[in-house]
Amino acid sequence: MKIISLASRNIKEVYRDPVSMLLGLAMPIALLILFSSIHKKVQLDMFSPQTLTPGIIIFCYAFMIMFSAMLLAKDKQSALLTRLFTTPLKPSDFILAYILPFIPLALFQTGICLIIGAILGATYQNLILACIIFFFTAMICICLGMILGSFFTVNQVAGVGSLLITAIGLFCGAWTPLKMMGGVFKTIGYALPFAHAVDASKGLLTGSSFSDILGNFYFILIYALVLFVLAIFSFRWRMRRR
Amino acid sequence: MENTSIAIKTNDLTKRFGKRNAVDAINIEINHGEIFSLLGKNGAGKTTTIKMLCCLLRPSSGSAEIMGYDIRKSPLEIKRIIGVSPQETAIAGHLNTKENLLLIGGVFGLKRGLSIERAKNLMELMELEDRKDQAQKLSGGMQIRLSIAIALMSEPQILFLDEPTLGLDPHARKSVWNYINKLKREKTILLTTHYMEEADSLADHIAIIDNAQIITSGTSAELKHKHESIQSLKISADDISSDILDGLKNKGMEVISTMNSIVINSVELDFYSIINYLQTKNIKIKGIQMQEPTLEEVFLHLTRKEVKNENH
Repeated sequence: MKIISLASRNIKEVYRDPVSMLLGLAMPIALLILFSSIHKKVQLDMFSPQTLTPGIIIFCYAFMIMFSAMLLAKDKQSALLTRLFTTPLKPSDFILAYILPFIPLALFQTGICLIIGAILGATYQNLILACIIFFFTAMICICLGMILGSFFTVNQVAGVGSLLITAIGLFCGAWTPLKMMGGVFKTIGYALPFAHAVDASKGLLTGSSFSDILGNFYFILIYALVLFVLAIFSFRWRMRRR
Repeated sequence: MENTSIAIKTNDLTKRFGKRNAVDAINIEINHGEIFSLLGKNGAGKTTTIKMLCCLLRPSSGSAEIMGYDIRKSPLEIKRIIGVSPQETAIAGHLNTKENLLLIGGVFGLKRGLSIERAKNLMELMELEDRKDQAQKLSGGMQIRLSIAIALMSEPQILFLDEPTLGLDPHARKSVWNYINKLKREKTILLTTHYMEEADSLADHIAIIDNAQIITSGTSAELKHKHESIQSLKISADDISSDILDGLKNKGMEVISTMNSIVINSVELDFYSIINYLQTKNIKIKGIQMQEPTLEEVFLHLTRKEVKNENH
């Protein structure tokens, strides 16, 4: 009940800014349509909706880092959070209440991308298993946002968030397979969870079994859990610094 | 939990930021149902004290108990029984009055029906029931009333009001005082302010805090009595020339002259020497009146003395 109350208020705050939300949703759709039209002319597999859809879904979660970090950073600036710190809410309650509003957004974003991808010609297998991968990847991004929001101000979040989005775009392998890039790019890319998420979801949607992507799944799961715990600790640190 | 009449008790409560003492070994005791005012200049340590008592800041040393709960050991228990209206108007700007109250009701785990009922009662008490627009669009006075209503939503036993009328016009300030007065005896209230009149008219007990330390405390009457040496003498007479005023000023007195009278403020008034001096100057005295110090005079006298001591 406590978490739901704060989460409902946060949902209102998030959806009060429809421009950002529309941008977050319109961007993947625009990218899918753009690359599909290129694919029709050039017939490159990396631009086909089948290959591109999972990567675009993962890349677009990166925008949620910015949205979630902004929400927390803005509340941190206002005295509302000070008041909430004097209520019996624990750091884990706060983090859950800030994470919850972004889950429906992630689901909606994923659903829209999958539908547009299907309209453009993609076919899906193991959809539910792929959605599990998408869910944990979205959690990674939201928790990253919580960590940024705990440490940085609104202005700093804008800068650091943009850097992270660019880095995720570069290292997730959505646009150019990391195996093609090789070297340091490949090493860094596979040290992060996003390339694993792209590989796993792409594999599942094209018919690989769950056991084929188990290594990638554990990698993503561990990242999600560690970042969730880190988000709670960074929020606790923020509460004490107040 | 000890069953005493004391709601809040601090024991050498101290907060240091680096080498600077923001609060230096303060000791206060606040009884149940009492309005206790911490009166002090900006930066004196009022807000830091409240933040420690609300478990927002950990003390550097010393201890404090709220209803018998230790602020270090039982922050969650304390947070369940306190309500706080911080210095900044801490409201969710995009929610309306009722939504703000329901948010806090939910955060305290109140059932929806109970939350709605309390919100309705509080909106009535604070005369906010007609306001359906976003809280950020309310006037400053209304936002503060809403902030106090939010603090009351969990029906706390202890209420912390940090400078509740800061920046309000006199009308709005008076109206907030009325609402605080309505809570008298029902809640234990710790109120910080730098408005003397506010402390004088609301508080049962006042502690003057300066440079992180409590320099005196008591009821308003006790403080005035304790510092009655800060009296002023009003003398009504005709033809008081500027030479005579200068003569009094040279004796180290603060002299304010009005149409047919002079008011002499001095820490220790030498009544006979003043009368003798005026008589030697052939001034015909029509009336003499000793005036008790106001709380403001006590405050200014004490805090000025602190500044002087610091400079020495």
